[in-house]
Amino acid sequence: MSWGFLRDLLSGVNKYSTGIGRIWVAVVFMFRLLVYIVAAENIWKYEHDEFECNIKQPGCENVCFDHFFPISHIRLWALQLIMVSTPSLLVVFHVAYRENREKHHNQQLYRSPGKIDGGLLCTYLISLILKIAFEIVFLVLFYKLYNGFKVPRLMKCDIRPCPNTVDCFISKPTEKMIFLCFLVVTSCLCIVLNLSELTYLIFKYSIK
Amino acid sequence: MDWGSLQAVLGGVNKHSTSIGKIWLTVLFIFRIMILVVAAERVWGDEQQDFVCNTLQPGCRNVCYDHFFPISHIRLWALQLIFVSTPALLVAMHVAYTRHEKKRRFRNGEKIDIEELKNEKMHIRGPLWWTYTSSIFFRIVFEAVFMYVFYYMYDGYQMPRLVKCSAWPCPNTVDCFVSRPTEKTTFTIFMLAVSGICMMLNLAELCYLVIKICMKESRKTT
Repeated sequence: MSWGFLRDLLSGVNKYSTGIGRIWVAVVFMFRLLVYIVAAENIWKYEHDEFECNIKQPGCENVCFDHFFPISHIRLWALQLIMVSTPSLLVVFHVAYRENREKHHNQQLYRSPGKIDGGLLCTYLISLILKIAFEIVFLVLFYKLYNGFKVPRLMKCDIRPCPNTVDCFISKPTEKMIFLCFLVVTSCLCIVLNLSELTYLIFKYSIK
Repeated sequence: MDWGSLQAVLGGVNKHSTSIGKIWLTVLFIFRIMILVVAAERVWGDEQQDFVCNTLQPGCRNVCYDHFFPISHIRLWALQLIFVSTPALLVAMHVAYTRHEKKRRFRNGEKIDIEELKNEKMHIRGPLWWTYTSSIFFRIVFEAVFMYVFYYMYDGYQMPRLVKCSAWPCPNTVDCFVSRPTEKTTFTIFMLAVSGICMMLNLAELCYLVIKICMKESRKTT
């Protein structure tokens, strides 16, 4: 039970999505989830072990690492993937509710429970707005926590028990920066896709 | 045999749950089990390895680690998730027993559609209502118990950066440094918040079931 669950969830949502929605699901699978699992996780795997400070004082490395990385990039990335995929569940729940209602009343109440109209349109629009909001929140969080999207090679640390200002070296800074840029680009792409889907749906149903 | 088997079992119970029950199950899978497996386990993965004490005395680090972390957060969460999911099995067993009884009656000559029996959604009334309500009650109790155990064992929900240890064979009071304390505190608070949300959902479901049965009873008497 891990990312496969998210994959199954998103595949389920795909049925009730628009064309742009399906492109969004494909982007999330290929460029975010897959990249995370096959590449990014391994880069950050030994981040703590490979974080080295120019000091032998026990505890100094631990404390400096904790100071510079309150939450690891990779955890924020995982949380972002989960939070951004979750609003789609609102649509799944709504469709399930419609199907349940039809079964309960034993008659056809909707043209098709999965068709995006009426209340389901509202739910779909809300899920899109939530997705955009979560993407932006996480991008801002990344930016604020790490002072931009750069990963420096060297950081200076003077927190107790380090006896003075010590040099601390981060492992694979360039590779981490490249993948962070990749994360930012794909997040922005997903925001653009969600915004276009939102505009398309509002336009389509206001014409109707 | 892993969390996937729990998903298989609880997925079966989902059919007979209320809507709030279905939301509870989704929250459990996505925000608790998934977060535990993909994120939290990595954060706590190197907890003993990177637990560093300011001493060269062999054994001191081991003893101090064991003193401050009698049970790791990760293991407590795993236990909590298992205990909190288990009451749903009561409902599964009740449904299985009812189906078994119906099949027995079919074999004794009564006309029942076997295929429909397999996929039939059982309505929560009668004895199943009592089983379902008890399972929710036990879920709430287990959640509360584990939240308290966390609070009691770790003196709150914050992970300290530095702990002072003087257990034998440490020669004096030594400074020991915990790895990734801020990240661990963040995840502890996150898991606590989601536990709270699950408890609220269970309480709401309990109230809904009780109100529903009271309204039914009052409609019967009027």
